[in-house]
Amino acid sequence: MKDDSFELAGRRYKSRLIVGTGKYRDFAETRAAIEESGAEIVTVAVRRVNITDPGKENLLDYIDPKKYQILPNTAGCYTVEDAVRTCRLAREAGVGDLVKLEVIGDQQTLFPDVPATLEAARILVKEGFKVLPYITDDPVACLRLAEIGCAAVMPLAAPIGSGMGIRNPFNLRIILEQAKVPVIVDAGVGTASDAAEAMELGCDGLLINSAIASARDPIAMARAMRLAVEAGRTAYLAGRIEMKLYATASSPLSGLIR
Amino acid sequence: MSGDFQITLNGEPYAVNGDARLITLIDSLKLKRGRVAVEINRAIMSKATWDRTTLAPGDIVEIVNFVGGG
Repeated sequence: MKDDSFELAGRRYKSRLIVGTGKYRDFAETRAAIEESGAEIVTVAVRRVNITDPGKENLLDYIDPKKYQILPNTAGCYTVEDAVRTCRLAREAGVGDLVKLEVIGDQQTLFPDVPATLEAARILVKEGFKVLPYITDDPVACLRLAEIGCAAVMPLAAPIGSGMGIRNPFNLRIILEQAKVPVIVDAGVGTASDAAEAMELGCDGLLINSAIASARDPIAMARAMRLAVEAGRTAYLAGRIEMKLYATASSPLSGLIR
Repeated sequence: MSGDFQITLNGEPYAVNGDARLITLIDSLKLKRGRVAVEINRAIMSKATWDRTTLAPGDIVEIVNFVGGG
């Protein structure tokens, strides 16, 4: 197969799988799962340092920023101001200007606040950030985010951490047909077949955290997700057959014994 | 400025003793300089300014780093 590398915000990546670093038992497991996933982009959260236990081990002692593209998120931000402030702090901490923007609108569903996401994206793009926004699977919201200058759009497939899979493949198809920027499914994947399905639809990439980190064996699931993303992408490029209601024989109809 | 006074560090009261430079605070917390970002009273302090920035009584200081997240 010809080179099928993935271009995002001016850099090329071999892997189309982006993984999170939340919910693991410890940093060693986080590192092992990320290695097994083959991911080159890794999301992290921005939080206050622990001042009562200084010198404690840090995530970046395990995930080398020289080896991985670190993608800070704005998880937990409910306002434009907090999300923008978090991105500015993340950039100052020295991992570059790629950010995963989330402005949450509701605590129970963790669905994004779409107008606030658009407003925060506008500010961040103007400040030179490469913005990857988490957004509902709303084709118009995705169009607007691309117009603003986001480096990709990241529609959810189902609520964060729900593991419900691709709930609305038709909206994703519309988003994909209209997209002028990469489309990365962010949130909702539960297992490998969900990952394959998203890639078969033509998504450019996937962002997965809970489905790997909360699996009974996260390292095995990381491998399953890597293979599923590769399988789904390859199937998409190969071009699936049409679905037909009736059978079409696979073996020749001539030369049958009588 | 030097001497003993209180600031608010990551939401908690914190006593600054003697050397009130920001860089001294960062180092005394054993933080890796390349891995944290600092705000004083909502203004981001770039790393280049840490050694000439002096804390003042009542400053609201936030120091953040990266943790596991999705």
